[in-house]
Amino acid sequence: MTEPSAFRSELRAFLAANVPEVLRGRPVLMPAEAAANPEPADIIAARAKYLSVMTQRGYTVPRWPKEYGGAGLSADEARILQDELDALRLAPALLGMGVSMIGPTLLVHGSDAQKQRFLPQIASGAYRFCQGFSEPGAGSDLAALRTSASLDASGQRYVINGSKIWTSGAQHANWIFMLVRTDTSNKHNGITFILVEMSVPGIEVKPIRLLSGHSMFCEVFFHDVVAQASDVVGNVNGGWTVAKTLLGFERSGMGAGGVGRRAANSSNELVVLAKQAVGEHDGMIADGGVRDTVAQLLLDELALTLTIERAAASRSATGVAGPEMSLFKLYQSELGQRRDELALSLRGSDALAWEGAGTSPQNTAATRMWLSGKATTIWGGTSEIQRNIIAKRILRLPS
Amino acid sequence: MPLTLSAEQQLLRDNASQFIREAAPVGHMRGLRDRNDAEGFSRELWKQMASLGWAGSFVPEAFGGLGLGYTEVSIILEACGRTLAPTPFLSSVLLGAGCVLASGDSDLQRELLPPLAAGDLLLALAFEETPRFAPHHVSCRAERVGNAYRLHGRKTYVLDGGSADKLIVSARTSGTTSDRAGISLFLVDANQRGLAVQRTRTIDSRSVATCHLEGVEAQLIGELDGGADILDPVLDRATVALSAEMLGLCTEAYEITVEYLKTRIQFDAPIGSFQALQHRAVEMFGKLELTKSVVQAACDALDDKARHPEAPRLASAAKAQATTLSRLITREAIQMHGGIGMTDEHNIGLYLKRAATTEATLGDTTHHRARFAKLSGF
Repeated sequence: MTEPSAFRSELRAFLAANVPEVLRGRPVLMPAEAAANPEPADIIAARAKYLSVMTQRGYTVPRWPKEYGGAGLSADEARILQDELDALRLAPALLGMGVSMIGPTLLVHGSDAQKQRFLPQIASGAYRFCQGFSEPGAGSDLAALRTSASLDASGQRYVINGSKIWTSGAQHANWIFMLVRTDTSNKHNGITFILVEMSVPGIEVKPIRLLSGHSMFCEVFFHDVVAQASDVVGNVNGGWTVAKTLLGFERSGMGAGGVGRRAANSSNELVVLAKQAVGEHDGMIADGGVRDTVAQLLLDELALTLTIERAAASRSATGVAGPEMSLFKLYQSELGQRRDELALSLRGSDALAWEGAGTSPQNTAATRMWLSGKATTIWGGTSEIQRNIIAKRILRLPS
Repeated sequence: MPLTLSAEQQLLRDNASQFIREAAPVGHMRGLRDRNDAEGFSRELWKQMASLGWAGSFVPEAFGGLGLGYTEVSIILEACGRTLAPTPFLSSVLLGAGCVLASGDSDLQRELLPPLAAGDLLLALAFEETPRFAPHHVSCRAERVGNAYRLHGRKTYVLDGGSADKLIVSARTSGTTSDRAGISLFLVDANQRGLAVQRTRTIDSRSVATCHLEGVEAQLIGELDGGADILDPVLDRATVALSAEMLGLCTEAYEITVEYLKTRIQFDAPIGSFQALQHRAVEMFGKLELTKSVVQAACDALDDKARHPEAPRLASAAKAQATTLSRLITREAIQMHGGIGMTDEHNIGLYLKRAATTEATLGDTTHHRARFAKLSGF
């Protein structure tokens, strides 16, 4: 083994000294879960400290420029940071649409004033964004959206009317980035991308109950909501371009997230579950069929992880995520569902208990994860939409 | 891990691709087949490849090679895969020279490697006895006679075995038929008394041999009973290189098919405008990209000493995925071509045939998936 680099050694010491040990091996809690089962006060305090020390160093958004709250790390340095966090089994200090979607989009399309105003607040977790894209009549056909924004007499403000649906985490957000119609005569070129503070009058949020019993998504209604013209990102009627950039980042996040760096080895949670479920023989999963199914899934996960790393190695720090992100989103979501389905069948009847005697929080959580995972092949553009995008933009097949 | 090619590697890729497309397009392989060429490859082409250094690609410079890594070897084989160019690269270089190098026998290396790297000597590895890949299944036995050994038994599916000047043969020196221990490797001259070599042409128009050994005099290579320690890493390297060839084959078959989708008109429209076909083409593209990453990662592990322990697992991952991929791509390629895809006249069917051979060679997808599971601890 070679000596660790000075960068790695310093980082290792910093993390060991400053990140509370109680967070090691503790997954990030989605806001809905945290609301349902609040964590003990000491954990909440530890999370706050972790966020604060990481924010001070720009490590919540390690590759962003320092002037906007990042650490200005190179791709290699960022990978080392991730390695060290993995080694301590630390989940990211800050997740969400701010750091993964709107922040990177502002780096590409935002004005200097917008970057200075929004990015540091996103990096520290002070601004929590949700996404106002889909509407009841505009799902896969997103550009059919009708929520309107009209400039008022001052020319400084827009008045927004309409409704959005499938808005993830709207009840926990304090800002929304949204697409609004500013020209009804032109479908794609009549859309504008704008940022709106959730506390302004006229916004109503209604959570939607899902198959899993949780509410990941909301409906958001806009009645004469006033937004600032200075908060338009990109050009008026040029929002579709900004939206495509953002969707690229959204897909890259969806692609890079779940499988992550899950190593395909005997400590893999699916392998452990399979050995418990069907027994172990000479260290191997006793049932040949189950073993083969697990092996194929882990091979496919390995292939995707390596492909995401390969793409990252050839992409610059703030480069726009290209159509290959559709590929990652497509396979990430399908692999996640395969994993959840396999886990479900391995758990047998245990997986079916929903309430009452015989239920355990662990089992129902896994079952709910299988159900909530149905969202992954639908949101951010369905799998079918991703295949359309790849066919058109990468394969250049005729339309 | 690098996962991306260096400038030199990109240059090699461009040069290899240009050379192969000019010197050995698919018509080259078709010509050999139509002339009933017994060897299944062209000696003249191999000599040209040797002059480019390919025959000695990973052979150290001290023995007349270029001392390249497996990333480079894979680049060359990927280029060969694209046009189905038949060469004794896998048989003589990866398997044959691979064993000579791994044996650690420096006299043997000095004797065999320089002529091999020059393209003047061909080796073949005779290690299989069963139709399904099982390298440790060795019933062929070696009998000690004074200072020498005599081999008895039968070896099958010896790649380019009918063209080799010398054969490396695995034989049992102790233990029972499926034991990993007790296998030894031997060098046999092709014209040695007691050796009968029968050629078989495979569906991809290449040549394999069955070797009958009746008391053939042979020279021990490496440690007695330690043959599997030489064989296993050599098979891993060859498996990765073969996976790279499969990647080339799949990439070309995919590109031919996408081009066809863009140009074939039915119902007054290019058939590539139909969503049912678009989505299937996307699946081919996606799986191709995923498999490419695994093959590259396996090459990286072979080329980085610190990562050698990962190599066997990644080699199996690469072959398992490459085999699954080639099934998908060649099946879809033929289907999307419709009637013309069934003919001998169109090249796409030749890709199906070569794919079938490469799938079975050095272990198919179930073999490597099971091995991946075992090496992953489950």
